[in-house]
Amino acid sequence: MRRVASQYIIAWLIRVMTYLIVFVIASIIIKILWNGLPVINWEFLTAMPKRGGSEGGILPAIVGTLSLALGTVIIALPLGMATAIYLSEYAKAGRFTRTVRLAIVTLAGVPSIVFGLFGLGLFVIFLRFGASIIAGCLTLACMILPIIIVSSEEALRAVPKSFREGSLALGATKWQTIYKNVLPYSISGMLTGSILGIGRAAGETAPILLTVAAFYLPRLPKSIFDQVMALPYHLYVLATQHPDIEKVRPLQYATALVLLALVLGVNLVAILFRIHIRKKYRW
Amino acid sequence: MKAAWKEKAIRLMLLATASTSILIVIGIFVFVGKEAGQFAIKPGLKELISSRWMPVSFQKESFGLLPLITGSLLVTALATILTIPFGIGAAVYISELARPTEREILKPFIEILAGIPSVVIGFFGLVVLVPLIKSSFGLWTGLTALAGAVLLALMAIPTVVSISEDAIRSVPASYKAASLALGASKMQTIWKVTVPAALPGIVAAIMLGIGRVIGETMAVMMVTGNAAIITASPFDSVRTMTATIAAEMGEVAFGSIHYRALFCVGIVLLLATFGLNIIAQKFLKKYRMG
Repeated sequence: MRRVASQYIIAWLIRVMTYLIVFVIASIIIKILWNGLPVINWEFLTAMPKRGGSEGGILPAIVGTLSLALGTVIIALPLGMATAIYLSEYAKAGRFTRTVRLAIVTLAGVPSIVFGLFGLGLFVIFLRFGASIIAGCLTLACMILPIIIVSSEEALRAVPKSFREGSLALGATKWQTIYKNVLPYSISGMLTGSILGIGRAAGETAPILLTVAAFYLPRLPKSIFDQVMALPYHLYVLATQHPDIEKVRPLQYATALVLLALVLGVNLVAILFRIHIRKKYRW
Repeated sequence: MKAAWKEKAIRLMLLATASTSILIVIGIFVFVGKEAGQFAIKPGLKELISSRWMPVSFQKESFGLLPLITGSLLVTALATILTIPFGIGAAVYISELARPTEREILKPFIEILAGIPSVVIGFFGLVVLVPLIKSSFGLWTGLTALAGAVLLALMAIPTVVSISEDAIRSVPASYKAASLALGASKMQTIWKVTVPAALPGIVAAIMLGIGRVIGETMAVMMVTGNAAIITASPFDSVRTMTATIAAEMGEVAFGSIHYRALFCVGIVLLLATFGLNIIAQKFLKKYRMG
């Protein structure tokens, strides 16, 4: 009898814990929506900030974050996809392959602030890019490379072996087989991973803090060698560095909401995309 | 003939791109290590073993890493204590006890948490958690190690839940069937058979979660108060290694001793996460083979 009771207690306990996590996630999202939504209007999204961010909009931060995300993916996507193709289609078990895999796992575990130090040392100072969009994009690209490689490789491995064998048996070369008979079926899966990578790049603060982000810069960037503002850093500045933190609280909520909507929106697209692919291709 | 040449070229090109990951890892160690190495030459590594981090001072600057390391350790340890029961509890609930539709909703919902940017979590901590801690424990500030730990636990939980749940679900059904057939109850089967069988995967999940916790910067910097003191109390302000780099890098002169000291902090962080990662991979391999 006592044993049965304690079983029920434990089952209830872990159920309560699970829903407590759910409750916290929901309250983060609701709190930010509730306080941020009334502040957001057309002007907030399309105007320059005024008086050190105390008034006006956040257009340069939005443009900054979008250009960083786009630039990052342009650099990381080809590199990541090519690495995944090599690992899944060409690599033989051996020391080189093992080293590449170890490198990918290591990269995935490096703290984002250390990527920032690396970007500062290599791109900003050694290559003399200065604090700029290009330095930020290169740094973020190194950071999301493992995400793109791992998910692209998974997408390639999901294509059945028979697709390759059939093509090879008809006399196609290895690359022809990959290009015509493997990539078309895995490209959407590879893109899903990259979308998740974009979300990560758009939300990161620590690396861009050291390589690109401007504290307050009320104009749009003209070239990739310009500094920009970025949404996550702008939120950090408003919430901790602003001279009157309580007064700009509404702007903090609104900035957090725009950032959250952007990142979760990107992730949602990836999830829907994945569901779509799973329905389309069944072997 | 031409086709064969092309095939070779493509192969070589892909091989070259695959090496970029290796180059980046080497580059990270070289460029972070280079500045740290300069610090080792002058003023020397002995400078780092001190309990005072006071990089800007009129009398004598001091670059002791001990308060930063203990700060990171305290926050990480507290976060781990919070993460383990919640992470494993939720993973067991989702994989073993939840109804199928409930599971389909719960897992993606918890994974949303992994997508929320750390600066947004830090902001939430600042406006909700910090005042809550201040009032419920009667402190003069809520900017404490505890606040940092709770936020970090929130960020580690989705990783732990997701990987542990996969591990628990990949335990063969025959194990459970055998246990139930011997008369064990459902809960006995879960705790005595299923969870132990999935243990390597769960341990790996926790290690990866801790790796994320040690390396996390923004949320911690916003809520821990950033006082460089050595303490074991969750109700004190602490300054972590990551927050030190992020907060001070903007104000130092390139090439100064302070600048190089921050790279020393970076190398300590890098080695710590690298070590954790290697151990986690060992455990992951074990569960994938077993």
